[in-house]
Amino acid sequence: MNKIFLVIKREYLTRVSKKSFWIASLVAPLLLTAIYAVPIWLATRDKEVKQVAIWDGSGLFEQKDLADKEIAFQLVKGDVANIKKTFDKQGYSAFAAIPADILTNPQSLKIYSEKNLSLSLKNDIERMVQNKVREILLRNAGISTLKYKETQVDISSDTITVSKQGAETTSSSGGAMILAAILGFLLYLSLLLYGSQVMNGVIEEKSSRIIEVIISSIKPYQLMLGKILGVGMVGLTQFLLWIVLTIGLSTATSKLYQAPSRMATVANSSNSDELKKSVAKVESSSQPMDELNKVIESTNIPLILGSFFFYFLFGYLLYSSLFAAIGSAVESAAEAQQFTFPVMIPIILAFILAQFTMQDPDSSIAFWASIIPFTSPINMMVRLPYGVPTWEIVLSMVLLVGGFLACSWLSSRIYRVGILMYGKKMTWKEISKWVFYKN
Amino acid sequence: MILSIQDVVKRYSSHVALDRVSLEIPKGKIFGLLGPNGAGKTSLIRIITQITAPDEGQILFDGERLSSKHVEQIGYLPEERGLYKKMKVGEQLIYLAQLKGLTRQEATTRLKDWFIRLDIKEWWDKQVDDLSKGMQQKTQFISTVVHEPKLLILDEPFSGFDPINANMLKDEILALKDRGTSILFSTHRMESVEELCDSIALINHSKVVLTGEKDEVRNRFKAHQFEVLFEGDLTQELKGVDLISLEMSGNQSSKKAIFKLQEAVSPNHLLGQLIPQVQIQKFQELIPSFNDIFIQVVQETN
Repeated sequence: MNKIFLVIKREYLTRVSKKSFWIASLVAPLLLTAIYAVPIWLATRDKEVKQVAIWDGSGLFEQKDLADKEIAFQLVKGDVANIKKTFDKQGYSAFAAIPADILTNPQSLKIYSEKNLSLSLKNDIERMVQNKVREILLRNAGISTLKYKETQVDISSDTITVSKQGAETTSSSGGAMILAAILGFLLYLSLLLYGSQVMNGVIEEKSSRIIEVIISSIKPYQLMLGKILGVGMVGLTQFLLWIVLTIGLSTATSKLYQAPSRMATVANSSNSDELKKSVAKVESSSQPMDELNKVIESTNIPLILGSFFFYFLFGYLLYSSLFAAIGSAVESAAEAQQFTFPVMIPIILAFILAQFTMQDPDSSIAFWASIIPFTSPINMMVRLPYGVPTWEIVLSMVLLVGGFLACSWLSSRIYRVGILMYGKKMTWKEISKWVFYKN
Repeated sequence: MILSIQDVVKRYSSHVALDRVSLEIPKGKIFGLLGPNGAGKTSLIRIITQITAPDEGQILFDGERLSSKHVEQIGYLPEERGLYKKMKVGEQLIYLAQLKGLTRQEATTRLKDWFIRLDIKEWWDKQVDDLSKGMQQKTQFISTVVHEPKLLILDEPFSGFDPINANMLKDEILALKDRGTSILFSTHRMESVEELCDSIALINHSKVVLTGEKDEVRNRFKAHQFEVLFEGDLTQELKGVDLISLEMSGNQSSKKAIFKLQEAVSPNHLLGQLIPQVQIQKFQELIPSFNDIFIQVVQETN
């Protein structure tokens, strides 16, 4: 027992002391924070207000209609040909000529610019002209703008799950889907990542020939178990670091953004358009976060996190023992490739099935995929946020533990023979014979 | 006896690696395990180190049935050396010593002593990768003996060592023997057998074909041949003796003859017949080398 602990300690420390471990631990939270912080930053930073000259041939536009949050429109008079030549010298980024027949010929708007016109500026000018033209057309048709606006309603729904006992919980299927997808993908990645780390560790011991020294001191299964547990703890450490760092970083960044939004609140009363706009943007960009928060409130977080660690642990143990067996049978990472395929297939299959599970978490595919040990870790994680009956969770967990025990037994039988085999071309037939070798 | 190997059989799917092998390996001596490639030496060593288990038979270690508790009393240097390449030398040796049951404290103290004694202190914090092959061999040897095993198993220990380091290793092995360590020494190099071993066993085709104390084995293979260097001519016929060869020796007038004594003829009888005829310069019994014995026995048993 004490010796397994020594192996675990070595496996853990050599990996955790590597630079690549810390880089991976830091980069992932940074990326996650960036994904969430960059849009907010883009929205809050001060934008340069573009000047656009408008020549109105239709006589429909007045300067007071042209107030816009993003662009300073300026009505200009004079000869179009002349303005075309001089607008950029007067500080305008673009010059739009509205023809007299814009109401009947909406495609006839012309926009001139010195450089290529940016798509967003083009859209903004078109939107401004279009709004005005629509307004006039509506008025001509006898519909007031107010009436029209009243018809532009947004439908959104609250989804509520009703249990058999009649208890209602507000849920959010959109958010559940996001959470499910994140957890499923994280499991998928970590099974592949840490599984192959175990395999490479076994290959390293075999190809450097230290294996014979080690197993003259401890039993092969002790070495295998120690390695698997050591690498597994590295994985858990990495998850923990990711969670702590991501929470830390995103709290820090949101603190950073609270300053400008507080300013915005003050500015609100002074009616500054510019700042109001940035507040609106911040609010709108935090919408998906609200959605996610809603899921987090509506789902049972201890259950989800607890299950995540359970499925990570046993899914990892199951697959990594198979990876260890493959590592023991080969002499180089290159040779391992052809043998890893059959172990990767169930992981990839589980990931593909998870897409179906996500779309329809109560289908029979989803049920079986979350019960069968090889696919259950990823698929049960995907299903959990939608709510799964307790007996299914228990069955799935029991079967997963059973699957792990069976796989590790099989793997240790292969492992103890494989690590001492050199210079033999391995085949599946050969490997399957080892299972039945006596010690 | 440190090891008593009794009727050990090991079968693999395609062949029998050990066929009723019985050996007694004495305490505090160096025991040479000889045999051609594929004879079964490695299979036997792996059973003693408990890497594999025998199909039949048993092994007693110091009178007790060999079990996992004896792992800590055995040091094993395999023929194919290997260390973790990306680990520091000191850390790695501490790890290996801990696996042999030493505490971290004990391991560190003993290893530091070894490093000072072998004058390799500066290697402690180096990564194994950065050491030359010879240096790696040295550190691996330390890892084999640091837990002061009762039984030391050395499989081709000299391979990869330059003559200076090989001599150093030889001195260390002899020093360990003086301190009472029993050593099982597997090799192909017969000159190190002559130099170091007290007893030997020869394995061929999964069976023990020859075993005994070194001098006793050699005596068994003596051909009763004598080399005589002399001046003068042999004029009379010699009785009870066959002349194997006769040739001029070097540039002098000396001649070198090899005689084989017939059954129940003593060397004195030969000398008595030679002295009246020639001036004897050298008279020596021809002792077979272990090289000769090895080749002879292996060929006979093939």
